[in-house]
Amino acid sequence: MKQQFSASIFSLISAIALSLILTGCGSSESNVESGNRTGILHWGNGTEPQSLDPHIATGVPEHHVIVSLMEGLVHKDRETLAPVPGVAQSWTVSDDGRVYTFKLRDDARWSNGDVHNAYDYVWSWSRALQPALGNLYAYMYFPIVNAHEFYKGELTDFEQVGVKALDDLTLQVTLRNPTPFFLQLLDHYSMYPVHQATIEKFGRADERGTRWTYQGNYVGNGPFKLKSWEINRAIVVERNTYFHSNDDVKLNGIVFYPTENSTTEERMFRAGQLHYTNDVPIDKVQTYRDANNPALKVVPYLGTYFYRVNIREPHLQDKRVRRALAMTIDREQLTEHVLKAGQIPAYAMTPPNTRGYYPPVNLSFDPEAARQLMADAGYPNGEGFPATEILYNTNEGHRKVAVAIQQMWREHLNIEVKLLNQEWKVYLDSESSGDYQISRAGWIGDYVDPNNFLDMFLCDGGNNRTGWCNKEYDRLILDVAPTAKTHEERLAVFAQAEQMLMDDLPVLPIYTYTTKHLVHPSLKNISNNIMDMQRYSEIYLEGAED
Amino acid sequence: MFKFALGRLLQAIPVLLVVITMTFMLVHSAPGGPFSADKAVPEEVLKALEAQYNLDQPLWQQYLSYLGDVVQGDMGPSFKYPGRNVNELIMSGLSTTAELGFYAMLVAIFIGVIAGVTASMRPNTMQDYVPMTAAMIGICMPSFLLGPLLVLVFGIHLEWLPVSGWNEIPGDKIMPAITLGTGYAAYIARLSRGGMLEVLSQDYIRTARAKGLSEFLIISKHALRGGLIPVVAFLGPAFAGLLGGSFVVETIFQIPGLGRFYVQAAFNRDYTMILGTTVFFATLIILFNLLSDMLAIWLNPKLRQQVRGDS
Repeated sequence: MKQQFSASIFSLISAIALSLILTGCGSSESNVESGNRTGILHWGNGTEPQSLDPHIATGVPEHHVIVSLMEGLVHKDRETLAPVPGVAQSWTVSDDGRVYTFKLRDDARWSNGDVHNAYDYVWSWSRALQPALGNLYAYMYFPIVNAHEFYKGELTDFEQVGVKALDDLTLQVTLRNPTPFFLQLLDHYSMYPVHQATIEKFGRADERGTRWTYQGNYVGNGPFKLKSWEINRAIVVERNTYFHSNDDVKLNGIVFYPTENSTTEERMFRAGQLHYTNDVPIDKVQTYRDANNPALKVVPYLGTYFYRVNIREPHLQDKRVRRALAMTIDREQLTEHVLKAGQIPAYAMTPPNTRGYYPPVNLSFDPEAARQLMADAGYPNGEGFPATEILYNTNEGHRKVAVAIQQMWREHLNIEVKLLNQEWKVYLDSESSGDYQISRAGWIGDYVDPNNFLDMFLCDGGNNRTGWCNKEYDRLILDVAPTAKTHEERLAVFAQAEQMLMDDLPVLPIYTYTTKHLVHPSLKNISNNIMDMQRYSEIYLEGAED
Repeated sequence: MFKFALGRLLQAIPVLLVVITMTFMLVHSAPGGPFSADKAVPEEVLKALEAQYNLDQPLWQQYLSYLGDVVQGDMGPSFKYPGRNVNELIMSGLSTTAELGFYAMLVAIFIGVIAGVTASMRPNTMQDYVPMTAAMIGICMPSFLLGPLLVLVFGIHLEWLPVSGWNEIPGDKIMPAITLGTGYAAYIARLSRGGMLEVLSQDYIRTARAKGLSEFLIISKHALRGGLIPVVAFLGPAFAGLLGGSFVVETIFQIPGLGRFYVQAAFNRDYTMILGTTVFFATLIILFNLLSDMLAIWLNPKLRQQVRGDS
């Protein structure tokens, strides 16, 4: 018995040692090397996508996978972001800017070979507007006549919504008002078509979370099709031979990795396991900069980092106080010495050059004037200023910014603010219920238009959350801008509205985001646009190693 | 023995009930819901979603229907991953985590037993101090430090081993297993040293020595069985701990295991997933404790008699 026992322990031990050594010895080629040989792109994708149903998904990782599997009526040019043909080969717009008529390609197919035509859009869009589906991007449809009414259940007949298939290859969309950014919305995944037969095979049209998005079931119309989806491991897509422009697609497939931890992701990149990273850890950016490493790509992003000010708080109601706070944030110093990844100081909500729009700037770093404003508001040298708190969701980057601003306000205004961090969902709860004084926030544009940044602050806007309300502002955004005759006139209206917002400062803009990626030199045709949008159908891998 | 096991299993039922009830209350009282998001969620969408997952019912009703489902083995749909249910998610992560835990355990036993036995052979000499100091460092070294260190040395500088993944590239299991196993190896080293010291001072070992047996035979044939009893008692809870505590290692090495689901579920307020994984781990801990108790009884004649006497 004893002999057996000790013998078994020793054989076990030697077996482990052997197996560990054996499995370790095979030196194999890296993902990047094999990918370059076989045309497979290895892509760091941030987090695990929640859903690949374009009418349910929200989020950037989902976006990346879905745009490889699906295509909308219209695309964006990968550099200029101007609309270019997708499933629609051409379109016309009526003189009043309200009726869009799309001519669809006659060679469009679903990834199972089925014909893909204009009726698919009518059905898909009626599905996307079913409230039971829980589509958080349903508002993308609201420029269309009666879409909002249908969504709210005030209308039940989809015939009355402004979407009609005139024939197999002609789709007509009628808008409520002229909407200059409408074509851009068509490139958002929430407006992509879905394959009716597949959806209905696995459940009702408005049923959330059926199995149609599983591997083996998924039918799309994009350059790639779903090969496998293993949660928390990888999503693999492969060439869709039914895609209308399959001959132009150079990659044979893409592997999307849920690289939640950017430090791990950076190590994977260095070890040749990824062609492209979703992010770069802040402390690594400088290392790559110092080494002049060309893999590091830092590009401005269509997003603003700002603080919301809860103007329902008595001492924050005075706009002189808010202005003083805004004027004592040294944004240059913050971006240069704290953030250190090329972020751009922001003095307005809308990032500069958003479709040719430059926001009016009447804010500057001016501690002298700020102290005067505080004195006028009854807080000379910060005396008597009530206890104030900055709320942020737990994150090292947010903490650094908050600490820097806390120090700036102490130094320039002689006021003490406390920092309060909360876990993400708790923070969301506090912010949306107005249980905060000053709160960190960020907004990433869904489409390139000032409207997307300014309609947040409508009186009843769900994302306003500051208690700020200005009827004239609402009128400009809702009534005046949509009926502007020219692009310039429209931009002028937005400038006027933004000026009102920046006069009152219910928000303190801090900086414009940048995106940071590590890109392997073999990866070509990567875009540097402000929406961080990639066209997988145009990307290719250079066979030769560097 | 059978009666003993049955008794322990029956005791587990109220324990699990308490676990479910407390977790249910905690997740529902935590601020923020599964559907709150950065962008405002329209009222009509929120209502539709809540109705779909029965969150519009009174809490006691949700609790009872959840209990009913769990008894039938149905942990419900995941809130975060529409279309996937908790059972399937747990199963998809379990095989990986169990495999990782198994290898880590092998590493722990291999290193731990050798270090402990070596140390016990010449107590209070360098042969004792060196492995025991190493063990102390192993206990103190957190996996979020050891993992990246190993990766830097063996993955990036020497390029011997892949830095991430599981079952993708040959050798990708080595560093995670070592990272996760090292802390446990250190415990096992200390436990086996203690156990061995006690056994080595017994009369029957002196007899063996007097017979002129070699030191190797004395250790392997006579001392090891008795000396490892404390280690065996530790293995059950340790394995359950390995499964539940693998989150950090899974994150460092990008491993699709259960630990990541568990932690993500809490952040996402994925109620059913939090409950499902908690219940699952609780069951696992109960079972492994039972197993290791049974093993200890089998190894230790004194305990065996006690159990017989009790039943």
